[in-house]
Amino acid sequence: MTLELTRCLLASDEPHELSDYQTGVPRWCNGCGDNAILAAVQRLCRDEGLAPERTVFVSGIGCSSRLPHYMRAYGFHGTHGRALPIAEGVKMARPDLDVFVSTGDGDCLSIGAAHWIHALRYNMDLTVLLHDNRIYGLTKNQASPTSPLGTKTNTTPRGSYLAPLDPLSVSLGVANVSFVAQAVDWIPEVLYQVIAAAYRHKGFSFVRIVQRCPEFMPGLFDPWIADPQRTLLLRHERGLTIGPALANIYRNTREHDPSDLPAAREIASVEDPIPVGILYRDETVPRYEELRGAGSVRTPDRIRSGLEAELDRFAIRYDGAREAG
Amino acid sequence: MTTLEAVRERDGVRPVTIDEHIVEIVSDSGEGAQRCGQAFAQIAARSGHGIWTVEIIPAEIQPPARSIEGASGNRVRLGSRPITNGGDEADLVVAFNEQVLLGRVRAGELRPGCTILLESMWREDRDERIARTYVEAHDELVAQGYRVVEIPMERECRKVVSDPRRGKNMFALGVLCALYSFDRRLAREQIPLTFGKKDEAVIASNVRLLEAGFEWADENLGLRFRIPKMRATGAQVVLSGNAALALGILASGMEICAMYPITPATSASHYLSEIFERVGGIVHQAEDEIAACAFAIGASYAGKCAVTITSGPGYSLKQEGIGLAVMTEIPLVVVDVQRGGPSTGLPTKAEQGDLLSVLFGTHGDAPKVVYAVSGIEDCFYAMITARKIAETFNTVVVVLSDASLATAQQPIPRPVFSEDWLAQPVDQTPVPEGSKPYDWDAATGLFRRSIPGQPGGMHTVTGLAHDRASHVAYDADSNEDGLRSRSLKLAALQRTLRCPAVFGDEEGDLLVVGWGSTKGAIEETVARLRSEGHKVSALHLHFIQPMPSGIGDILRRFRKVITVESNWSDRPDDALIDRDDRRYSALAMLLRSRYLVDVDCWTEVRGRPLTPGSIRAALLATLAELAS
Repeated sequence: MTLELTRCLLASDEPHELSDYQTGVPRWCNGCGDNAILAAVQRLCRDEGLAPERTVFVSGIGCSSRLPHYMRAYGFHGTHGRALPIAEGVKMARPDLDVFVSTGDGDCLSIGAAHWIHALRYNMDLTVLLHDNRIYGLTKNQASPTSPLGTKTNTTPRGSYLAPLDPLSVSLGVANVSFVAQAVDWIPEVLYQVIAAAYRHKGFSFVRIVQRCPEFMPGLFDPWIADPQRTLLLRHERGLTIGPALANIYRNTREHDPSDLPAAREIASVEDPIPVGILYRDETVPRYEELRGAGSVRTPDRIRSGLEAELDRFAIRYDGAREAG
Repeated sequence: MTTLEAVRERDGVRPVTIDEHIVEIVSDSGEGAQRCGQAFAQIAARSGHGIWTVEIIPAEIQPPARSIEGASGNRVRLGSRPITNGGDEADLVVAFNEQVLLGRVRAGELRPGCTILLESMWREDRDERIARTYVEAHDELVAQGYRVVEIPMERECRKVVSDPRRGKNMFALGVLCALYSFDRRLAREQIPLTFGKKDEAVIASNVRLLEAGFEWADENLGLRFRIPKMRATGAQVVLSGNAALALGILASGMEICAMYPITPATSASHYLSEIFERVGGIVHQAEDEIAACAFAIGASYAGKCAVTITSGPGYSLKQEGIGLAVMTEIPLVVVDVQRGGPSTGLPTKAEQGDLLSVLFGTHGDAPKVVYAVSGIEDCFYAMITARKIAETFNTVVVVLSDASLATAQQPIPRPVFSEDWLAQPVDQTPVPEGSKPYDWDAATGLFRRSIPGQPGGMHTVTGLAHDRASHVAYDADSNEDGLRSRSLKLAALQRTLRCPAVFGDEEGDLLVVGWGSTKGAIEETVARLRSEGHKVSALHLHFIQPMPSGIGDILRRFRKVITVESNWSDRPDDALIDRDDRRYSALAMLLRSRYLVDVDCWTEVRGRPLTPGSIRAALLATLAELAS
């Protein structure tokens, strides 16, 4: 027993390789942003030394939601829109597990919108990656809630009718929001840093990742990729570390304190230049699983005494003795 | 002799001995008739009587005062033997105003000529219209032959307390206890139990009201009943179906209940919310029914089998999640406390309309276990059984209850806790190398699930078709392998089930088949018909899926088989209905297709529990047809 325990402890100290977290061959298109997200997540797992058996990747439906299949960890590829409530159930039952969620713009912001809003409010310790390519890919090219106005798709052949929804602004308007960040798939170093910060945040970490869909939205982000000035890097001592190589390219930066909610909302409201970095972080927001006492020790004796106390409340006894008065 | 009965006899009011009575207490919402009825039932049970209570609830939270549709209260059926249903028409009614009383008269809930104890204050109401409607109603009821006893309840209460409207119910309780010759001390002891943690002053004033009721009856009421008592019943608990469900969840070792508010299921979650945290359990009120189901699935997936409680409309929303749990083979317990449907239907009223949608509702072939509870005690033990089956077979177990069981109360033997009821600790041992996550057994479809935290067991479960390695697989063989294995689990469970016992003879003229909350009413009716010489038997099903073996043989031993259910079936005498196009009731349809027996059905969907009287009429008609 002791030997087994020691072995386990030793095992967790062993350096991990990227290959420890890899499985299967991703079936995403060439140039799809999902590949960059997968690489960043695998790197994070390695760097943080996460035990594959204690890490759970939950997803819904869509291109994004294939991600758990390519992680060597526990995974739950659920139903469309429901990744968040599934992940909440996992976390409530097992707060000892690290839980990640991969969801897309259709999955999270459309069919799962109610769950998204309430997940922010529950503030459970989940790392949520919103793979936002602004289009439905798996079902072959329909407008998503974040498709730019006028986007021509199979369901909007004359251009989409509605202005896109801004996931950052909405998130920042929900009670108990505790971590909101944005990354883009074409700056891998920042993507990694943002996901790492999200993972380390104790609470509901919502990361919107703006990602390319070469199949149905070819060239959508080319102007931003071509012109680094159209990316606004948020820097702060408690935010991103911008190394010299990055700083050389991305000169458009802004000092932003992630605890400043009004400033975060102002930044979120601007689409161009695209803000990248940690918009908001508040470690003090209570986590639902802690409020509810998840993971508390249950023993048969505790259940027995709880049951007996209740049965006492409803107990009656008739032994026939009353008849005599 | 110091018994109450002896005093009465000395004073000249000789109690009439009766076998059973149905008593109703009705008032406007908020006047406490429900509390009065519950306390009366408790005292009756503690006095050694069998009881069954039925809540009388208006659909609205605050219906207008003195309205026909606003009757709120309780029906208590008490007898000299265990009582299993609410019975037919009431023998005695206490009404706090004549309008709520008229509501019960018009609903046909009162026995013609029954005794009515009526608050008489309205006769002198300053509002002339109120006084007039009271007098009209009173005179009409008297003319119809009801035995109306006017009681100045408010005036009498005013002698004891300052706010009689809030105390009338305990005065009425005193009158009732005197009327049924209950022990006064036993009645007094009920007051602190009924008012729980309220302060001494509240209890003292309610005891005074109770005594005032006793005394008023002693001085004014020339009427007494006496119901023989049962032999010793031992330790019992008086529970509603929903309270029993909640206690069953606690006792099953489940730790998480995810729910969304819906009538009539919510009271189970209310009660569970009150008690669950003390044993480390959690009730999560999710943002919607879909999320509640998904949350429960997530918790179960992580190793803690969870439950979600709902009613029909919520069940419809959960179908998606239930399909996911079936496909991924994650244990899940779903409770559906049925109400009238379709759509929003009859939120507070009873119906058994969900059976087929529970069996077949989600798309594709989604085999799951379906168990229908038939009584209060069953509500408790079903939750323990459901969790065990869910975890043993990695399956969804749906437990069907309904609105009539949800609020009905009955004494049941006090459960004796066993550690065997509880779930095993979450398995965190390493998974042997080379084992597959869905290593379906060729004969039973069973496999050992790997749970997060188990080294070596990492895999991704998916709602997509998958192979034994849990890899997405669209090929024909993998698809059939999965469908076959998931279906075989039901067959494996079926082999462990005992065929239900026939109530009555094993063969005869007519077999009445039922499921769910109707058991008490059906068996009471069949017992009476049998005592009258009819060759009738009853069969009650708990496992609807899988169905235990041997049922087909039983059906074939009777000349005719009829189901009695509370869901829709086409009336055979409607002009457009013939044998070929008749839509049968849910269970009849199942039995017909499964056993190729020409099963008939009789159903009623009147939003109330089926009564022995209406079942009797239907069965007598069927027997007459058989005889001709």
